Amino acid sequence: MFPTPVQKAPAWVRIAYQLLLPLALVVWLLPLIGVAITSIRPAGDLAAGNYFGMPSHFAGFENYSAVFNDSPIGQFILNSFKVTIPTMIGAVGLSCLTGFALATYKFKANLWIFFIFVAGNFVPFQILMVPVRDLSVRTGLYDSVYGLILFHTAFQTGFCTLFMRNFIKALPFALIESARVEGVTEWRIFLHIVLPLMRPAIAALSVLIFTFVWNDYFWATVLVQGEHAMPVTAGLYALNGRWVAAWHLVSAGSIVAALPPVAMFFLMQRHFIAGLTLGATKG
Amino acid sequence: MAPTKATFWKRNQLRLAPWLFLAPGVIMFAIYVIAPIFQSIWISFFEWDGLGPKKWVGLANYGELWGDESFYLSLKNNIAWLVLYMLAVPAGLAVALFLNQTVTGIRLYKSLFFFPFVISQVVVGLIFTWFYAPSFGLLTGLIKVLTGSDVAILANDRLATYGIIAAGLWPQIAYCMILYLTGLNNINSEQVEAARMDGARGWRLLWNIILPQLGPATFIAVVVTVIGALRSFDLVSIMTQGGPYGSTRVLSYFMFEQALSEYGFRMGYGAAIAVVLFLIMMVFISGFIWRMLLQERNA
Repeated sequence: MFPTPVQKAPAWVRIAYQLLLPLALVVWLLPLIGVAITSIRPAGDLAAGNYFGMPSHFAGFENYSAVFNDSPIGQFILNSFKVTIPTMIGAVGLSCLTGFALATYKFKANLWIFFIFVAGNFVPFQILMVPVRDLSVRTGLYDSVYGLILFHTAFQTGFCTLFMRNFIKALPFALIESARVEGVTEWRIFLHIVLPLMRPAIAALSVLIFTFVWNDYFWATVLVQGEHAMPVTAGLYALNGRWVAAWHLVSAGSIVAALPPVAMFFLMQRHFIAGLTLGATKG
Repeated sequence: MAPTKATFWKRNQLRLAPWLFLAPGVIMFAIYVIAPIFQSIWISFFEWDGLGPKKWVGLANYGELWGDESFYLSLKNNIAWLVLYMLAVPAGLAVALFLNQTVTGIRLYKSLFFFPFVISQVVVGLIFTWFYAPSFGLLTGLIKVLTGSDVAILANDRLATYGIIAAGLWPQIAYCMILYLTGLNNINSEQVEAARMDGARGWRLLWNIILPQLGPATFIAVVVTVIGALRSFDLVSIMTQGGPYGSTRVLSYFMFEQALSEYGFRMGYGAAIAVVLFLIMMVFISGFIWRMLLQERNA
Protein backbone atom coordinates (compact mmCIF):
# COMPACT_ATOMS: atom_id res chain seq x y z
CA MET A 1 0.00 0.00 0.00
CA PHE A 2 1.37 3.39 -0.96
CA PRO A 3 1.28 5.94 0.54
CA THR A 4 1.50 4.52 4.07
CA PRO A 5 -2.02 4.00 5.44
CA VAL A 6 -3.03 6.79 7.81
CA GLN A 7 -4.04 4.14 10.32
CA LYS A 8 -0.34 3.51 10.89
CA ALA A 9 0.48 7.19 11.19
CA PRO A 10 0.51 9.25 14.40
CA ALA A 11 -2.88 10.38 15.70
CA TRP A 12 -2.50 14.00 14.59
CA VAL A 13 -1.91 12.89 10.97
CA ARG A 14 -5.05 10.75 11.10
CA ILE A 15 -7.13 13.61 12.39
CA ALA A 16 -5.62 16.07 9.93
CA TYR A 17 -6.38 13.68 7.08
CA GLN A 18 -9.97 13.21 8.18
CA LEU A 19 -10.41 16.98 8.31
CA LEU A 20 -8.62 17.61 5.05
CA LEU A 21 -10.69 15.13 3.05
CA PRO A 22 -14.05 16.93 3.17
CA LEU A 23 -12.32 20.29 2.85
CA ALA A 24 -10.50 19.21 -0.30
CA LEU A 25 -13.70 17.80 -1.70
CA VAL A 26 -15.58 21.05 -1.19
CA VAL A 27 -12.82 23.05 -2.89
CA TRP A 28 -12.64 20.54 -5.74
CA LEU A 29 -16.38 20.57 -6.33
CA LEU A 30 -16.84 24.28 -5.65
CA PRO A 31 -17.90 24.95 -9.26
CA LEU A 32 -20.61 22.31 -9.04
CA ILE A 33 -21.76 23.38 -5.61
CA GLY A 34 -21.99 26.93 -6.91
CA VAL A 35 -24.17 25.82 -9.78
CA ALA A 36 -26.39 23.67 -7.60
CA ILE A 37 -26.98 26.54 -5.17
CA THR A 38 -27.56 29.03 -7.94
CA SER A 39 -30.13 26.77 -9.54
CA ILE A 40 -32.32 27.26 -6.45
CA ARG A 41 -31.54 30.96 -6.08
CA PRO A 42 -34.32 33.46 -6.76
CA ALA A 43 -33.69 35.85 -9.66
CA GLY A 44 -33.93 38.80 -7.26
CA ASP A 45 -30.74 37.66 -5.48
CA LEU A 46 -28.71 38.00 -8.65
CA ALA A 47 -30.09 41.47 -9.29
CA ALA A 48 -29.18 42.42 -5.72
CA GLY A 49 -25.61 41.21 -6.22
CA ASN A 50 -25.97 38.07 -4.10
CA TYR A 51 -24.18 35.72 -6.50
CA PHE A 52 -22.39 33.37 -4.16
CA GLY A 53 -23.93 33.84 -0.74
CA MET A 54 -26.85 31.91 0.69
CA PRO A 55 -30.02 32.21 -1.43
CA SER A 56 -32.54 34.50 0.26
CA HIS A 57 -35.16 31.80 -0.16
CA PHE A 58 -35.58 28.45 -1.92
CA ALA A 59 -36.60 29.13 -5.52
CA GLY A 60 -35.69 25.75 -6.98
CA PHE A 61 -39.25 25.00 -7.93
CA GLU A 62 -39.72 28.28 -9.84
CA ASN A 63 -36.36 28.02 -11.60
CA TYR A 64 -36.68 24.43 -12.73
CA SER A 65 -40.27 24.80 -13.85
CA ALA A 66 -39.31 27.98 -15.71
CA VAL A 67 -36.58 26.03 -17.49
CA PHE A 68 -38.98 23.30 -18.52
CA ASN A 69 -41.96 25.48 -19.35
CA ASP A 70 -40.34 28.42 -21.09
CA SER A 71 -37.65 26.61 -23.06
CA PRO A 72 -37.54 23.54 -25.31
CA ILE A 73 -35.14 21.78 -22.94
CA GLY A 74 -37.57 18.88 -22.58
CA GLN A 75 -37.37 18.39 -26.33
CA PHE A 76 -33.56 18.63 -26.21
CA ILE A 77 -33.35 15.99 -23.50
CA LEU A 78 -35.64 13.73 -25.49
CA ASN A 79 -33.47 14.24 -28.58
CA SER A 80 -30.37 13.35 -26.59
CA PHE A 81 -31.99 10.10 -25.52
CA LYS A 82 -33.07 9.41 -29.10
CA VAL A 83 -29.46 9.75 -30.22
CA THR A 84 -27.71 8.17 -27.27
CA ILE A 85 -29.64 4.95 -26.76
CA PRO A 86 -29.61 3.65 -30.36
CA THR A 87 -25.92 4.58 -30.60
CA MET A 88 -25.16 2.68 -27.45
CA ILE A 89 -26.93 -0.42 -28.73
CA GLY A 90 -25.46 -0.10 -32.21
CA ALA A 91 -21.84 0.49 -31.27
CA VAL A 92 -21.77 -2.15 -28.55
CA GLY A 93 -23.53 -4.66 -30.81
CA LEU A 94 -21.22 -4.10 -33.77
CA SER A 95 -18.14 -4.28 -31.60
CA CYS A 96 -19.21 -7.59 -30.05
CA LEU A 97 -18.93 -8.98 -33.57
CA THR A 98 -15.72 -7.21 -34.59
CA GLY A 99 -14.09 -7.81 -31.22
CA PHE A 100 -14.90 -11.51 -31.43
CA ALA A 101 -13.49 -11.75 -34.96
CA LEU A 102 -10.25 -9.96 -34.07
CA ALA A 103 -9.72 -11.85 -30.83
CA THR A 104 -10.39 -15.41 -31.96
CA TYR A 105 -9.25 -15.79 -35.57
CA LYS A 106 -5.73 -15.76 -36.91
CA PHE A 107 -5.52 -14.17 -40.34
CA LYS A 108 -3.08 -11.90 -42.06
CA ALA A 109 -4.96 -8.61 -41.90
CA ASN A 110 -6.06 -9.13 -38.30
CA LEU A 111 -3.63 -6.83 -36.52
CA TRP A 112 -3.90 -4.20 -39.25
CA ILE A 113 -7.66 -4.00 -39.03
CA PHE A 114 -7.35 -3.76 -35.27
CA PHE A 115 -4.86 -0.92 -35.48
CA ILE A 116 -7.01 0.95 -37.99
CA PHE A 117 -9.91 0.81 -35.53
CA VAL A 118 -7.65 2.06 -32.74
CA ALA A 119 -6.06 4.82 -34.81
CA GLY A 120 -9.38 5.94 -36.27
CA ASN A 121 -10.66 6.36 -32.77
CA PHE A 122 -7.99 8.99 -32.06
CA VAL A 123 -8.27 11.19 -35.17
CA PRO A 124 -9.36 14.80 -34.72
CA PHE A 125 -13.05 15.28 -35.47
CA GLN A 126 -12.28 18.13 -37.83
CA ILE A 127 -10.72 15.87 -40.44
CA LEU A 128 -14.07 14.05 -40.64
CA MET A 129 -16.28 17.10 -40.42
CA VAL A 130 -16.65 18.30 -44.01
CA PRO A 131 -17.15 14.86 -45.64
CA VAL A 132 -19.46 13.54 -42.91
CA ARG A 133 -21.59 16.66 -43.05
CA ASP A 134 -21.66 16.46 -46.83
CA LEU A 135 -22.62 12.77 -46.71
CA SER A 136 -25.42 13.53 -44.26
CA VAL A 137 -26.74 16.35 -46.44
CA ARG A 138 -26.71 14.15 -49.54
CA THR A 139 -28.46 11.23 -47.84
CA GLY A 140 -31.06 13.50 -46.27
CA LEU A 141 -29.88 12.70 -42.76
CA TYR A 142 -28.62 16.22 -42.02
CA ASP A 143 -30.56 17.94 -39.25
CA SER A 144 -32.08 14.71 -37.96
CA VAL A 145 -31.24 12.43 -35.07
CA TYR A 146 -30.50 9.62 -37.55
CA GLY A 147 -27.46 11.38 -38.99
CA LEU A 148 -26.04 11.69 -35.49
CA ILE A 149 -26.89 8.10 -34.59
CA LEU A 150 -25.13 6.68 -37.66
CA PHE A 151 -22.02 8.76 -37.21
CA HIS A 152 -21.69 8.15 -33.49
CA THR A 153 -22.31 4.43 -33.93
CA ALA A 154 -19.58 4.16 -36.56
CA PHE A 155 -17.10 6.29 -34.64
CA GLN A 156 -17.63 4.65 -31.25
CA THR A 157 -17.25 1.23 -32.85
CA GLY A 158 -13.51 1.98 -32.97
CA PHE A 159 -13.14 2.40 -29.23
CA CYS A 160 -15.57 -0.45 -28.49
CA THR A 161 -13.66 -2.82 -30.77
CA LEU A 162 -10.41 -2.07 -28.94
CA PHE A 163 -12.14 -2.84 -25.66
CA MET A 164 -14.02 -5.95 -26.78
CA ARG A 165 -11.09 -7.49 -28.58
CA ASN A 166 -8.84 -7.18 -25.54
CA PHE A 167 -11.59 -8.47 -23.29
CA ILE A 168 -12.26 -11.59 -25.39
CA LYS A 169 -8.54 -12.15 -25.82
CA ALA A 170 -8.29 -12.58 -22.06
CA LEU A 171 -10.95 -15.30 -21.99
CA PRO A 172 -9.72 -18.92 -21.94
CA PHE A 173 -9.28 -19.88 -25.59
CA ALA A 174 -9.58 -23.61 -24.78
CA LEU A 175 -13.31 -23.02 -24.42
CA ILE A 176 -13.61 -22.05 -28.07
CA GLU A 177 -11.13 -24.66 -29.22
CA SER A 178 -13.01 -27.54 -27.64
CA ALA A 179 -16.33 -26.34 -29.03
CA ARG A 180 -14.79 -26.31 -32.51
CA VAL A 181 -13.58 -29.86 -32.07
CA GLU A 182 -17.12 -30.82 -31.14
CA GLY A 183 -18.25 -29.37 -34.46
CA VAL A 184 -20.15 -26.36 -33.08
CA THR A 185 -20.54 -23.72 -35.80
CA GLU A 186 -18.69 -20.43 -35.40
CA TRP A 187 -21.90 -18.44 -35.05
CA ARG A 188 -23.11 -20.70 -32.24
CA ILE A 189 -19.73 -20.45 -30.51
CA PHE A 190 -20.11 -16.69 -30.57
CA LEU A 191 -23.72 -16.70 -29.48
CA HIS A 192 -23.72 -19.41 -26.83
CA ILE A 193 -20.17 -19.53 -25.49
CA VAL A 194 -18.52 -16.13 -25.87
CA LEU A 195 -21.42 -13.69 -25.71
CA PRO A 196 -22.62 -14.78 -22.25
CA LEU A 197 -19.10 -14.24 -20.93
CA MET A 198 -18.99 -10.74 -22.37
CA ARG A 199 -21.68 -9.34 -20.08
CA PRO A 200 -19.33 -7.25 -17.93
CA ALA A 201 -17.69 -5.78 -21.03
CA ILE A 202 -21.08 -4.98 -22.54
CA ALA A 203 -22.17 -3.26 -19.34
CA ALA A 204 -18.95 -1.25 -19.07
CA LEU A 205 -19.06 -0.11 -22.69
CA SER A 206 -22.74 0.76 -22.56
CA VAL A 207 -22.30 3.25 -19.72
CA LEU A 208 -19.19 4.74 -21.29
CA ILE A 209 -20.77 5.19 -24.71
CA PHE A 210 -23.87 6.64 -23.12
CA THR A 211 -21.76 9.27 -21.38
CA PHE A 212 -19.52 10.04 -24.36
CA VAL A 213 -22.39 10.45 -26.78
CA TRP A 214 -24.63 12.32 -24.37
CA ASN A 215 -21.85 14.83 -23.74
CA ASP A 216 -20.92 15.29 -27.40
CA TYR A 217 -21.16 18.90 -28.44
CA PHE A 218 -19.16 19.12 -31.66
CA TRP A 219 -21.25 16.80 -33.81
CA ALA A 220 -24.45 18.09 -32.30
CA THR A 221 -23.45 21.50 -33.70
CA VAL A 222 -22.19 20.23 -37.05
CA LEU A 223 -24.95 17.78 -38.00
CA VAL A 224 -28.01 19.47 -36.50
CA GLN A 225 -29.48 22.90 -36.95
CA GLY A 226 -33.08 22.92 -35.76
CA GLU A 227 -34.53 22.52 -32.29
CA HIS A 228 -36.52 19.45 -33.35
CA ALA A 229 -33.35 17.29 -33.46
CA MET A 230 -30.92 19.26 -31.29
CA PRO A 231 -29.31 17.33 -28.40
CA VAL A 232 -29.19 18.96 -25.01
CA THR A 233 -25.51 19.99 -25.16
CA ALA A 234 -25.99 22.17 -28.21
CA GLY A 235 -29.42 23.15 -26.92
CA LEU A 236 -28.07 24.34 -23.59
CA TYR A 237 -25.53 26.52 -25.36
CA ALA A 238 -28.27 28.02 -27.52
CA LEU A 239 -30.36 28.69 -24.42
CA ASN A 240 -27.37 30.30 -22.74
CA GLY A 241 -27.50 32.91 -25.48
CA ARG A 242 -31.17 33.46 -24.78
CA TRP A 243 -30.82 33.61 -20.99
CA VAL A 244 -28.22 36.34 -20.93
CA ALA A 245 -27.05 36.79 -17.33
CA ALA A 246 -30.01 34.76 -16.02
CA TRP A 247 -27.55 32.55 -14.18
CA HIS A 248 -30.22 30.90 -12.06
CA LEU A 249 -31.81 29.52 -15.25
CA VAL A 250 -28.48 28.62 -16.86
CA SER A 251 -27.57 26.74 -13.69
CA ALA A 252 -30.86 24.87 -13.51
CA GLY A 253 -30.54 24.00 -17.21
CA SER A 254 -26.97 22.78 -16.69
CA ILE A 255 -28.05 20.54 -13.85
CA VAL A 256 -30.84 19.07 -15.95
CA ALA A 257 -28.46 18.45 -18.88
CA ALA A 258 -25.82 16.85 -16.66
CA LEU A 259 -28.17 14.64 -14.68
CA PRO A 260 -28.60 11.60 -16.97
CA PRO A 261 -24.88 10.77 -17.34
CA VAL A 262 -24.33 11.51 -13.66
CA ALA A 263 -27.15 9.15 -12.72
CA MET A 264 -25.75 6.55 -15.09
CA PHE A 265 -22.33 6.93 -13.48
CA PHE A 266 -23.59 6.48 -9.96
CA LEU A 267 -25.79 3.52 -10.83
CA MET A 268 -23.13 1.71 -12.82
CA GLN A 269 -20.00 3.05 -11.16
CA ARG A 270 -18.07 -0.20 -11.05
CA HIS A 271 -18.61 -0.88 -14.76
CA PHE A 272 -17.90 2.71 -15.69
CA ILE A 273 -14.51 2.73 -14.00
CA ALA A 274 -13.65 -0.75 -15.26
CA GLY A 275 -14.25 0.53 -18.79
CA LEU A 276 -12.37 3.76 -18.40
CA THR A 277 -9.31 2.26 -16.79
CA LEU A 278 -8.95 -0.56 -19.30
CA GLY A 279 -5.24 -1.15 -19.78
CA ALA A 280 -4.23 0.99 -16.81
CA THR A 281 -3.07 -2.03 -14.85
CA LYS A 282 -1.44 -4.48 -17.20
CA GLY A 283 1.01 -4.43 -20.05
CA MET B 1 -26.70 -28.60 -54.57
CA ALA B 2 -27.37 -28.47 -50.87
CA PRO B 3 -24.77 -30.97 -49.70
CA THR B 4 -21.90 -29.41 -51.66
CA LYS B 5 -22.87 -26.02 -50.31
CA ALA B 6 -22.78 -27.37 -46.80
CA THR B 7 -19.36 -28.88 -47.29
CA PHE B 8 -18.04 -25.72 -48.90
CA TRP B 9 -19.16 -23.81 -45.84
CA LYS B 10 -17.70 -26.44 -43.57
CA ARG B 11 -14.39 -26.44 -45.31
CA ASN B 12 -14.05 -22.69 -45.41
CA GLN B 13 -15.88 -21.71 -42.28
CA LEU B 14 -12.80 -20.73 -40.33
CA ARG B 15 -11.51 -18.63 -43.20
CA LEU B 16 -14.78 -16.84 -43.94
CA ALA B 17 -16.21 -16.44 -40.46
CA PRO B 18 -13.93 -13.57 -39.36
CA TRP B 19 -14.91 -11.51 -42.40
CA LEU B 20 -18.60 -12.07 -41.84
CA PHE B 21 -18.26 -11.01 -38.22
CA LEU B 22 -16.19 -7.99 -39.19
CA ALA B 23 -18.27 -6.83 -42.14
CA PRO B 24 -20.94 -4.64 -40.47
CA GLY B 25 -18.53 -2.83 -38.17
CA VAL B 26 -15.82 -2.43 -40.76
CA ILE B 27 -18.23 -1.07 -43.38
CA MET B 28 -19.68 1.51 -40.97
CA PHE B 29 -16.23 2.53 -39.80
CA ALA B 30 -14.94 2.77 -43.37
CA ILE B 31 -17.82 5.00 -44.48
CA TYR B 32 -17.84 7.38 -41.52
CA VAL B 33 -14.23 7.45 -40.32
CA ILE B 34 -11.68 6.10 -42.80
CA ALA B 35 -13.05 7.39 -46.10
CA PRO B 36 -13.70 10.93 -44.77
CA ILE B 37 -10.01 11.26 -43.84
CA PHE B 38 -9.03 10.78 -47.49
CA GLN B 39 -11.94 12.88 -48.73
CA SER B 40 -10.82 15.72 -46.48
CA ILE B 41 -7.30 15.53 -47.87
CA TRP B 42 -8.78 15.62 -51.38
CA ILE B 43 -11.09 18.55 -50.58
CA SER B 44 -8.15 20.52 -49.21
CA PHE B 45 -6.93 20.95 -52.79
CA PHE B 46 -10.15 22.69 -53.82
CA GLU B 47 -11.98 25.89 -53.24
CA TRP B 48 -15.50 24.91 -52.22
CA ASP B 49 -18.42 26.53 -50.43
CA GLY B 50 -20.04 23.19 -49.63
CA LEU B 51 -22.84 23.56 -52.19
CA GLY B 52 -21.63 24.74 -55.59
CA PRO B 53 -19.03 23.15 -57.85
CA LYS B 54 -15.53 22.53 -56.49
CA LYS B 55 -12.69 24.48 -58.03
CA TRP B 56 -9.22 22.87 -58.11
CA VAL B 57 -6.65 25.17 -56.58
CA GLY B 58 -3.79 22.74 -55.94
CA LEU B 59 -1.75 23.71 -52.92
CA ALA B 60 -3.15 27.23 -52.76
CA ASN B 61 -5.01 26.55 -49.49
CA TYR B 62 -1.79 25.40 -47.87
CA GLY B 63 -0.01 28.39 -49.33
CA GLU B 64 -2.57 30.65 -47.76
CA LEU B 65 -2.20 28.86 -44.43
CA TRP B 66 1.55 29.43 -44.58
CA GLY B 67 0.98 33.18 -44.53
CA ASP B 68 -2.04 33.27 -42.22
CA GLU B 69 -1.45 35.02 -38.88
CA SER B 70 -4.48 33.28 -37.33
CA PHE B 71 -3.07 29.88 -38.24
CA TYR B 72 0.14 30.50 -36.29
CA LEU B 73 -1.80 31.90 -33.37
CA SER B 74 -3.98 28.76 -33.31
CA LEU B 75 -0.93 26.54 -33.57
CA LYS B 76 0.73 28.40 -30.72
CA ASN B 77 -2.38 27.97 -28.60
CA ASN B 78 -2.47 24.27 -29.44
CA ILE B 79 1.06 23.96 -28.11
CA ALA B 80 0.08 25.83 -24.96
CA TRP B 81 -2.82 23.40 -24.52
CA LEU B 82 -0.59 20.42 -25.09
CA VAL B 83 2.08 21.53 -22.61
CA LEU B 84 -0.20 22.81 -19.86
CA TYR B 85 -2.68 19.96 -20.21
CA MET B 86 0.16 17.63 -19.27
CA LEU B 87 -0.10 19.05 -15.75
CA ALA B 88 -3.20 16.88 -15.43
CA VAL B 89 -0.97 13.78 -15.26
CA PRO B 90 1.10 14.67 -12.15
CA ALA B 91 -1.88 16.46 -10.61
CA GLY B 92 -4.04 13.38 -11.15
CA LEU B 93 -1.33 11.27 -9.54
CA ALA B 94 -1.18 13.65 -6.57
CA VAL B 95 -4.94 13.45 -6.02
CA ALA B 96 -4.85 9.67 -6.42
CA LEU B 97 -2.09 9.39 -3.79
CA PHE B 98 -4.08 11.63 -1.50
CA LEU B 99 -7.18 9.45 -1.85
CA ASN B 100 -5.45 6.06 -1.80
CA GLN B 101 -6.42 5.31 1.80
CA THR B 102 -8.90 3.03 3.46
CA VAL B 103 -10.79 5.32 5.80
CA THR B 104 -14.57 5.13 6.06
CA GLY B 105 -16.43 6.71 3.17
CA ILE B 106 -13.37 6.86 0.93
CA ARG B 107 -15.21 5.16 -1.92
CA LEU B 108 -17.74 7.95 -2.00
CA TYR B 109 -14.94 10.52 -1.89
CA LYS B 110 -13.27 8.88 -4.85
CA SER B 111 -16.43 8.94 -6.93
CA LEU B 112 -17.18 12.53 -6.02
CA PHE B 113 -13.66 13.58 -6.99
CA PHE B 114 -14.24 11.90 -10.32
CA PHE B 115 -17.46 13.82 -10.87
CA PRO B 116 -16.14 16.63 -13.13
CA PHE B 117 -15.26 14.09 -15.80
CA VAL B 118 -18.79 12.77 -16.06
CA ILE B 119 -20.45 16.07 -16.84
CA SER B 120 -20.44 17.58 -20.29
CA GLN B 121 -17.77 20.08 -21.29
CA VAL B 122 -20.59 22.43 -22.23
CA VAL B 123 -21.63 22.53 -18.59
CA VAL B 124 -17.99 22.83 -17.46
CA GLY B 125 -17.55 25.73 -19.88
CA LEU B 126 -20.66 27.53 -18.69
CA ILE B 127 -19.69 27.08 -15.04
CA PHE B 128 -16.19 28.48 -15.54
CA THR B 129 -17.40 31.36 -17.68
CA TRP B 130 -19.55 32.34 -14.77
CA PHE B 131 -16.68 31.92 -12.31
CA TYR B 132 -14.50 34.14 -14.47
CA ALA B 133 -17.21 36.77 -14.89
CA PRO B 134 -15.80 40.24 -14.35
CA SER B 135 -16.53 42.02 -11.08
CA PHE B 136 -18.64 39.30 -9.41
CA GLY B 137 -17.09 35.96 -10.51
CA LEU B 138 -15.68 33.86 -7.69
CA LEU B 139 -12.33 33.23 -9.39
CA THR B 140 -12.09 36.87 -10.43
CA GLY B 141 -12.59 37.75 -6.79
CA LEU B 142 -9.90 35.31 -5.74
CA ILE B 143 -7.44 36.80 -8.22
CA LYS B 144 -8.30 40.25 -6.94
CA VAL B 145 -7.49 39.18 -3.40
CA LEU B 146 -4.20 37.62 -4.51
CA THR B 147 -2.93 40.23 -6.97
CA GLY B 148 -4.96 43.30 -6.11
CA SER B 149 -6.07 43.84 -9.70
CA ASP B 150 -9.45 43.23 -11.26
CA VAL B 151 -8.94 41.22 -14.45
CA ALA B 152 -11.63 39.90 -16.74
CA ILE B 153 -9.72 36.79 -17.73
CA LEU B 154 -11.83 35.72 -20.68
CA ALA B 155 -11.86 39.22 -22.13
CA ASN B 156 -8.10 39.56 -21.89
CA ASP B 157 -6.36 38.43 -25.06
CA ARG B 158 -3.21 37.37 -23.22
CA LEU B 159 -4.91 35.42 -20.42
CA ALA B 160 -8.07 34.00 -21.99
CA THR B 161 -6.45 30.84 -23.37
CA TYR B 162 -4.97 30.01 -19.98
CA GLY B 163 -8.34 30.54 -18.36
CA ILE B 164 -9.88 28.02 -20.75
CA ILE B 165 -7.07 25.53 -20.23
CA ALA B 166 -7.58 25.78 -16.47
CA ALA B 167 -11.24 24.89 -16.99
CA GLY B 168 -10.21 21.94 -19.14
CA LEU B 169 -7.76 20.70 -16.53
CA TRP B 170 -10.52 20.23 -14.01
CA PRO B 171 -12.17 17.20 -15.66
CA GLN B 172 -8.85 15.98 -17.09
CA ILE B 173 -7.24 15.76 -13.63
CA ALA B 174 -10.24 13.70 -12.53
CA TYR B 175 -9.68 11.34 -15.43
CA CYS B 176 -5.96 10.88 -14.69
CA MET B 177 -6.78 10.42 -11.02
CA ILE B 178 -9.08 7.49 -11.70
CA LEU B 179 -6.44 5.87 -13.92
CA TYR B 180 -3.84 6.18 -11.19
CA LEU B 181 -6.21 4.97 -8.47
CA THR B 182 -6.73 1.79 -10.46
CA GLY B 183 -2.99 1.51 -11.00
CA LEU B 184 -2.24 2.00 -7.29
CA ASN B 185 -4.79 -0.66 -6.48
CA ASN B 186 -2.76 -3.19 -8.40
CA ILE B 187 0.66 -2.37 -7.02
CA ASN B 188 2.76 -5.32 -5.95
CA SER B 189 2.67 -4.83 -2.17
CA GLU B 190 5.50 -7.29 -1.49
CA GLN B 191 7.91 -5.15 -3.48
CA VAL B 192 6.77 -2.05 -1.63
CA GLU B 193 7.21 -3.72 1.75
CA ALA B 194 10.63 -5.04 0.76
CA ALA B 195 11.72 -1.56 -0.31
CA ARG B 196 10.42 -0.18 2.98
CA MET B 197 12.51 -2.76 4.85
CA ASP B 198 15.51 -1.45 2.98
CA GLY B 199 14.73 2.01 4.27
CA ALA B 200 13.18 3.52 1.15
CA ARG B 201 10.39 5.97 1.89
CA GLY B 202 8.69 9.09 0.65
CA TRP B 203 9.89 10.45 -2.66
CA ARG B 204 12.51 7.78 -3.23
CA LEU B 205 10.00 5.01 -2.73
CA LEU B 206 7.55 6.77 -5.06
CA TRP B 207 10.16 7.41 -7.73
CA ASN B 208 12.01 4.08 -7.71
CA ILE B 209 9.34 1.53 -6.79
CA ILE B 210 5.86 2.96 -7.28
CA LEU B 211 6.18 4.97 -10.51
CA PRO B 212 7.76 2.15 -12.54
CA GLN B 213 4.82 -0.06 -11.55
CA LEU B 214 2.42 2.68 -12.59
CA GLY B 215 3.91 2.71 -16.09
CA PRO B 216 0.78 1.47 -17.88
CA ALA B 217 -1.43 3.96 -16.04
CA THR B 218 0.95 6.78 -16.90
CA PHE B 219 0.99 5.75 -20.55
CA ILE B 220 -2.80 5.83 -20.81
CA ALA B 221 -3.00 9.07 -18.85
CA VAL B 222 -0.55 10.69 -21.29
CA VAL B 223 -2.43 9.30 -24.30
CA VAL B 224 -5.84 10.56 -23.20
CA THR B 225 -4.37 13.89 -22.16
CA VAL B 226 -2.64 14.46 -25.51
CA ILE B 227 -5.80 13.52 -27.37
CA GLY B 228 -7.87 15.71 -25.07
CA ALA B 229 -5.55 18.69 -25.57
CA LEU B 230 -5.56 18.43 -29.35
CA ARG B 231 -9.31 17.86 -29.44
CA SER B 232 -10.04 20.95 -27.36
CA PHE B 233 -12.98 22.51 -29.10
CA ASP B 234 -15.98 22.50 -26.81
CA LEU B 235 -14.55 24.79 -24.15
CA VAL B 236 -13.18 27.30 -26.66
CA SER B 237 -16.50 27.36 -28.46
CA ILE B 238 -18.53 27.74 -25.25
CA MET B 239 -16.34 30.12 -23.30
CA THR B 240 -14.98 32.60 -25.83
CA GLN B 241 -15.87 31.50 -29.39
CA GLY B 242 -12.23 31.96 -30.21
CA GLY B 243 -12.18 35.56 -29.00
CA PRO B 244 -11.21 38.11 -27.85
CA TYR B 245 -9.79 39.07 -31.27
CA GLY B 246 -9.28 35.42 -32.14
CA SER B 247 -6.72 35.05 -29.36
CA THR B 248 -8.12 31.77 -27.99
CA ARG B 249 -8.52 29.93 -31.29
CA VAL B 250 -7.01 26.49 -31.54
CA LEU B 251 -6.68 24.60 -34.82
CA SER B 252 -9.87 22.63 -34.23
CA TYR B 253 -11.88 25.77 -33.60
CA PHE B 254 -10.17 27.76 -36.36
CA MET B 255 -11.06 24.99 -38.79
CA PHE B 256 -14.70 25.02 -37.72
CA GLU B 257 -14.84 28.78 -37.96
CA GLN B 258 -13.47 28.81 -41.50
CA ALA B 259 -15.58 25.95 -42.79
CA LEU B 260 -18.87 26.29 -41.02
CA SER B 261 -19.77 29.49 -39.33
CA GLU B 262 -20.95 32.98 -40.02
CA TYR B 263 -17.40 33.81 -41.08
CA GLY B 264 -17.82 31.79 -44.24
CA PHE B 265 -18.16 28.39 -45.76
CA ARG B 266 -14.62 27.75 -46.93
CA MET B 267 -14.64 23.97 -46.92
CA GLY B 268 -11.36 23.62 -48.81
CA TYR B 269 -9.47 25.96 -46.52
CA GLY B 270 -11.06 24.33 -43.49
CA ALA B 271 -10.06 20.90 -44.79
CA ALA B 272 -6.46 22.09 -45.18
CA ILE B 273 -6.41 23.19 -41.52
CA ALA B 274 -7.90 19.84 -40.54
CA VAL B 275 -5.19 18.02 -42.48
CA VAL B 276 -2.49 19.88 -40.55
CA LEU B 277 -4.18 19.03 -37.25
CA PHE B 278 -4.52 15.44 -38.41
CA LEU B 279 -0.81 15.21 -39.24
CA ILE B 280 0.10 16.55 -35.79
CA MET B 281 -2.19 13.98 -34.21
CA MET B 282 -0.76 11.27 -36.46
CA VAL B 283 2.67 11.74 -34.89
CA PHE B 284 1.19 10.78 -31.54
CA ILE B 285 -1.10 8.08 -32.92
CA SER B 286 1.84 6.37 -34.64
CA GLY B 287 3.64 6.38 -31.32
CA PHE B 288 0.74 4.69 -29.54
CA ILE B 289 0.30 2.14 -32.30
CA TRP B 290 4.01 1.40 -32.28
CA ARG B 291 3.89 0.68 -28.57
CA MET B 292 0.84 -1.52 -28.98
CA LEU B 293 2.56 -3.41 -31.78
CA LEU B 294 5.55 -4.14 -29.55
CA GLN B 295 3.20 -5.36 -26.84
CA GLU B 296 1.35 -7.65 -29.24
CA ARG B 297 4.65 -9.12 -30.41
CA ASN B 298 5.69 -9.82 -26.84
CA ALA B 299 2.34 -11.33 -25.90
